[in-house]
Amino acid sequence: MTRRFRNLFFLASAAGFAVFYLWGLHLLPGFGHYPGPYGDVLNALSVYERHATDVITAVNFDYRGFDTLGEEFILFTSVMGANLLLRKQKDDKEEDPPLDLARDRLAPPTSDAVRVAGLALLLPIVVFGIYTVTHGQLTPGGGFQGGVILASAPLIIYLCGDYENFKRITSHVVAEVAEAVGAGGYAVTGLISFIFGYKYLQNFIPLGQTGDVFSGGTIALISALTGLEVAAGIVLLMISFFRQTLVYRKPGEERGDHHA
Amino acid sequence: MVVMQVTILIFVAIAGGAVVFTRNPLNQVMGLSFFGLLLAIMFFIFQAPDVAFSQIVVGAVVIPLMVLLTLIKLKTKEQSKKNDA
Repeated sequence: MTRRFRNLFFLASAAGFAVFYLWGLHLLPGFGHYPGPYGDVLNALSVYERHATDVITAVNFDYRGFDTLGEEFILFTSVMGANLLLRKQKDDKEEDPPLDLARDRLAPPTSDAVRVAGLALLLPIVVFGIYTVTHGQLTPGGGFQGGVILASAPLIIYLCGDYENFKRITSHVVAEVAEAVGAGGYAVTGLISFIFGYKYLQNFIPLGQTGDVFSGGTIALISALTGLEVAAGIVLLMISFFRQTLVYRKPGEERGDHHA
Repeated sequence: MVVMQVTILIFVAIAGGAVVFTRNPLNQVMGLSFFGLLLAIMFFIFQAPDVAFSQIVVGAVVIPLMVLLTLIKLKTKEQSKKNDA
């Protein structure tokens, strides 16, 4: 393929794309003019029907809870897939302690400024994460958002200290079990609905007082389970990435071999 | 409000373009992280705080971290090849 042909091919494709794109834009509703009825209906009904003031979480974990179950398992599967790819292979050796890129010295310690800022942020982040998970039905946020916020706490510990600190506060087994309990718990919550004679994932817990932490019925429960699954999943991902980068070495990659 | 929306959209467009046109992967990751943060601010300005929350952690922290760790792993491999030669 010559350069000239490639440019012509690109220009032709871009022109075609532009035509259809502009055509599509032309038919969109105006900026800020929501056309469909569903958003308005849910905005009006979610406080009354589900005692949830955050309509988005009510939609995610109740009105279209089954879709979110699928999304949850997308995350679950991708974490499992990444873990499979990053597993310890037969000829991998564990290196200890983790090395710096310049292979004849240990990793330099983190600067004091980063440590102080990180440690100051640590507690607020954990509290904010728990708040975001538990108040999903009341304020913006929910299981997914709170879960990722919680998962950034071990990351901050790694930034402030080193891999040893990270290793001490995380556990591969606990993260695995927590992820499984979170993901499985979501599916089982739906099954419990059957016991009450409802449809799959239909709300069966008393809705409680609007504005309370324990309100919204299964919305709050599923939000907590999702928070557990997401936090554990991302921690699991970090554990395997760190292991693969810092600990596992193929033969010939060890530090000792090339010490000049 | 409209001024803020237009401003952040322009910033996102510039940052997104910068990420695409950066050739060095290490610089690209830094750009990607900054782009993720801008995207989170954009979601917030467009009144989607739920999405902004996830975007901050996923787009600005977790994805750049994974790419960064992958780059480190690749570099260790390269280095050991160089040392062997």
